Amino acid sequence: MYAQMVKTDAARVRSLDEMEPHERAFQERVDAGQKIEPKEWMPEGYRKTLVRQISQHAHSEIVGQLPEGNWISRAPTLERKAILLAKVQDEAGHGLYLYCAAETLGISRDQMYEQLHSGKAKYSSIFNYPTLTWADIGAIGWLVDGAAIMNQVPLQRCSYGPYARAMVRICKEESFHQRQGFDALARMVKGTPAQKAMVQDALNRWWWPSLMMFGPSDDASVHSAQSMAWKIKQNSNDELRQKFVDQTVPQAKYLGLTVPDPDLKWNEEKGGHDFGEPDWEEFFNVIAGNGPCNAERLDARKKAWSDGAWFRDGLTAHAEKAADRRAAAKIAAE
Amino acid sequence: MARAALEPAVDQAALLEFLLRIGDNALILGHRVSEWCGHAPALEEDIALANTALDLIGQTQLWLGLAGEVEGKGRSADDLAYLRDGYDFRNILLVERPNGDFGKTLMRQFLFDAWHYLLLKALKGSTETRIAEIAEKAFKEVSYHLDRSRDLVIRLGDGTAESHSRMQAALDDLWPYTGEMFAADAVDAALAEAGVIAEPQSLKPGWDEIVTEAFTEGTLKKPADGYMHKGGRRGVHTEHLGFILSEMQFLQRAYPGATW
Repeated sequence: MYAQMVKTDAARVRSLDEMEPHERAFQERVDAGQKIEPKEWMPEGYRKTLVRQISQHAHSEIVGQLPEGNWISRAPTLERKAILLAKVQDEAGHGLYLYCAAETLGISRDQMYEQLHSGKAKYSSIFNYPTLTWADIGAIGWLVDGAAIMNQVPLQRCSYGPYARAMVRICKEESFHQRQGFDALARMVKGTPAQKAMVQDALNRWWWPSLMMFGPSDDASVHSAQSMAWKIKQNSNDELRQKFVDQTVPQAKYLGLTVPDPDLKWNEEKGGHDFGEPDWEEFFNVIAGNGPCNAERLDARKKAWSDGAWFRDGLTAHAEKAADRRAAAKIAAE
Repeated sequence: MARAALEPAVDQAALLEFLLRIGDNALILGHRVSEWCGHAPALEEDIALANTALDLIGQTQLWLGLAGEVEGKGRSADDLAYLRDGYDFRNILLVERPNGDFGKTLMRQFLFDAWHYLLLKALKGSTETRIAEIAEKAFKEVSYHLDRSRDLVIRLGDGTAESHSRMQAALDDLWPYTGEMFAADAVDAALAEAGVIAEPQSLKPGWDEIVTEAFTEGTLKKPADGYMHKGGRRGVHTEHLGFILSEMQFLQRAYPGATW
């Protein structure tokens, strides 16, 4: 999941009877599965929640370029290099659609960047972990994109039209990435013992952070309940985490890998796996800025932005000069 | 059947040399451009740079793949990219120049694209059909590269005082590396004679026209043609190439014989 613990400003979810007529009409449309479009009336809390969620999602795509970009120059074959370049390019593209979707809610991309750089806006905790070996690139595709898809498939039915539509295209590309990641690892586990050990090491390090991507249990969260009532969120964090574990464990088995959870076992009665609790103290530490790469990731983004100021200013100045010249030519012609 | 009838008309050693030169240019520039991934000054630039690098790596696969075939020793494009040392690389020095600021990266791209565009345009008419086919595909991609880099060089040249001075500094710095694009040796002479490639020097007037026009529009001053650095095309590189290769070839060297 690329959006974690998104707040809604709600103290509790109100019933239809408690709502003003226009809010009630809005909620009835959401309940009926209709899409809300940018120019339509919406509750302020709905708008703010979407801005938080979509911008967090966009920032995750942008920051997510960094751990993978880290291995482009070291990719082991030309084909793997091309696949990784295409993937990172897709992610930048996802960031672009998502920033555009958020802009329909009355915030600019520059404002969202400011919020990212100041630490006010978050991005997914997962990108604060380092990519230490080439197997990490496969593991990110397999596990991180796999977890992202779990969350994003239901978001295609989100009540906000621009977000739902952006998600349709994003999901197609993400499932492609997930297959490519799995394929890279499948190749490696059939290779030398050193390659297989590299893959197991990657799973050991990425398993728990991937489960944390869904966020802590939110069954009792008012924010989660409100987001669900607005159809911004469709499933609880625990539901999605369960689904992810059930999907991923057989894949790990197919690869001949051991999932690093001693409590993991199949539960016939519930028709799913039982599994251990992620280390939520670690999770909250990463969210609070204490993850292994938080400082580097944010510094890299801030540096890209500040080093690029002259470039953006130059283009703006040129556009103004060109407009002035066109205007002058028009006057001269008249 | 008479053996002479099967004898290739073109000097195969010269052909191999040419394919390594063009393939290594794409590989090394693709590597340099990809170093920007996630660090560009605008999201649109991240996308454009990844796309450019991707095109160049795709072209590398085709050129070095054909080089391996021509060589006939069973080496793949990957073997050539990952298992040669610096002295066997044949790229021009321009493409291994460090990225510098974004202006220098763009200027390097423009100087290269303008030449690459003309080179591929000529190669579309090569008597060697495999070369003509690759050139046909690459030419479409490189036309876009040139449109983009030329446009940005003009806009930044004629932007703010700072963007102008950065672009001028980049141009002055990179200019001495442009002469190698038009240098010719016996390899070029043999292949030009057989109609496989155009004479390198024949691309110079067209290149001059493209760059001069862009510099005029971008209010940049074209440097005088002084001393020009050379060496890459015969395997004598700058110190930078060794670091590029040690990074690029790390996995293939550390895990010999592994498949990825």
